[in-house]
Amino acid sequence: MRKRLFNVGAILQGLSITFGFMFKKRPTIEYPSVKKQHAPRFHGLHELRRYGDAKERCIGCELCSSACPANAITVIGAENTPEDRKSPGERYAARYEIDELRCIFCGLCEEACPTDAIVLTPRFEMADYRRGSFIYSKDRLLVPPDAGVGAAPDDRPGGIPSDLGRVAEIKSTTDVEEGYSATHRGEILKTERRGLAG
Amino acid sequence: MDSALAVLNAAPLWLVVTIKSALLLLVVVTTFAYAMLAERKVMGWMQLRPGPNRVGPWGLMQPASDAAKLILKEDLTPSTADPLIYKLAPFISLLTAFSVYAIIPFGAGSQGTWAIGNVDAGILFLMAISSLGVYGISLGGWASGSKYPLLGSVRATAQMISYELAMSLSFIGVLILAGTTSLDGIVSAQARLWFCIPQAVGFVIYVITAVAETNRTPFDLVEAETELVGGFHTEYSGLRFGSFFIAEYVNMLTVSCIATLLFLGGWNAPFGLTMVPGVLWFVAKVATFMFFYIWLRATLPRLRYDRLMAFGWKVLLPVATLNLIVTAVVVAVRG
Ligand code: SF4
Ligand code: SF4
Repeated sequence: MRKRLFNVGAILQGLSITFGFMFKKRPTIEYPSVKKQHAPRFHGLHELRRYGDAKERCIGCELCSSACPANAITVIGAENTPEDRKSPGERYAARYEIDELRCIFCGLCEEACPTDAIVLTPRFEMADYRRGSFIYSKDRLLVPPDAGVGAAPDDRPGGIPSDLGRVAEIKSTTDVEEGYSATHRGEILKTERRGLAG
Repeated sequence: MDSALAVLNAAPLWLVVTIKSALLLLVVVTTFAYAMLAERKVMGWMQLRPGPNRVGPWGLMQPASDAAKLILKEDLTPSTADPLIYKLAPFISLLTAFSVYAIIPFGAGSQGTWAIGNVDAGILFLMAISSLGVYGISLGGWASGSKYPLLGSVRATAQMISYELAMSLSFIGVLILAGTTSLDGIVSAQARLWFCIPQAVGFVIYVITAVAETNRTPFDLVEAETELVGGFHTEYSGLRFGSFFIAEYVNMLTVSCIATLLFLGGWNAPFGLTMVPGVLWFVAKVATFMFFYIWLRATLPRLRYDRLMAFGWKVLLPVATLNLIVTAVVVAVRG
């Protein structure tokens, strides 16, 4: 009987706890309208940077591609010609594609790159309706010529970049079909070159 | 308000009843909608969440969007179901839930009480109708033709019958004190002292059994999603599920109204605060009771079934009987 009475006490105690919780501060971040501040080195969507003279940093060396544990990067390099120099080096990336669905955002590509060309930005809003649109090619990865050079992770002030909208804008112009076939072609080319093709 | 009532009283009876019913139906359905929203909000706050807040300002349009969603859902009937009873059951629940409001008075003016019908044996009518409510649940579960709903409906029947006894006994204590079975009379008898004080034990018993009768946590073994998927309404979808859902909330509202009428003094103002109209007091008391329901749900886990039964028969029923005897003796001795 005593034990039963104590149980009633426990119920009342429980009720008082839930009542108190009603007035506590809620930790909810109302996401689309309020965005969380991430760590300055947050690993999000990639970006291909440029030099101050608008030349691409990437020299098509494929080191990022080899470093990638998820095999998410396809690079097909091409020679620069004296008339049309895309990058300061001998070669540049004719195609550069990252499958963001395969990517595990480990940042190894960033570490492998000898020219600091590929970096991970804090952008994280990549949701889309079709699988194909997660294959980001140069048109979406490369910093547009008029948008500066892109920030190296070390000089990033942190938080969400103010140009989040820019990515969405570029995203909508991508041809999904082309994205698919390009990656597919890239895989074949790579396999052929490694002498692995049947 | 009273002049409007006078106009109403001069009109033919069928017209008056129709208008009153339509109005009341509107009020009850709206209350249901916002009770549901309030439940989700309050439970959210108690769990450190904001609750629904995307549809309209503060989520106030959430009930409308939920209704639209339920209407657009496909109405499925399992091939093993008994089609007629399966389709009828939700409406039995709904009908019994709503018909109680035919006699519940919400306030009193100089032209009489604010109710559709003023029945002399009001409390008997209440008990009779609310007992019928179990048919909707048990028929629905039985006619679904699958095992979880069947278990749910068997539980519902056993639980509602066991707790109805203690509930009726707690009513009788009030009846003895008031000396009348009309709800109007019971409220007038509480003008000086609310029955929740002389009938404190009865009030506690009523609160517990009311939670059990409406199948709400911690007595929601009828639904018990962890063990019975959805209990009696597992197979229901769309508007038929919606009917059960509405019935559950309207029943909550009903037992809150009954608690207010029988134990909390109905529309009588506490501490002589008569400048606030009685109907507002009624609403405030019902709202407090509804809040208590939600509060309980956010706090207590579900009882084990055998303990639920043991509690009903071995604790509530004897205590309710004892309370009844003591009340009767005290009333008899004091004349
Ligand atoms: S972040 Fe990691 S997984 Fe993603 S592309 Fe770079 S190396 Fe590959
Ligand atoms: S991004 Fe860097 S590592 Fe990758 S191909 Fe270009 S230069 Fe080489």
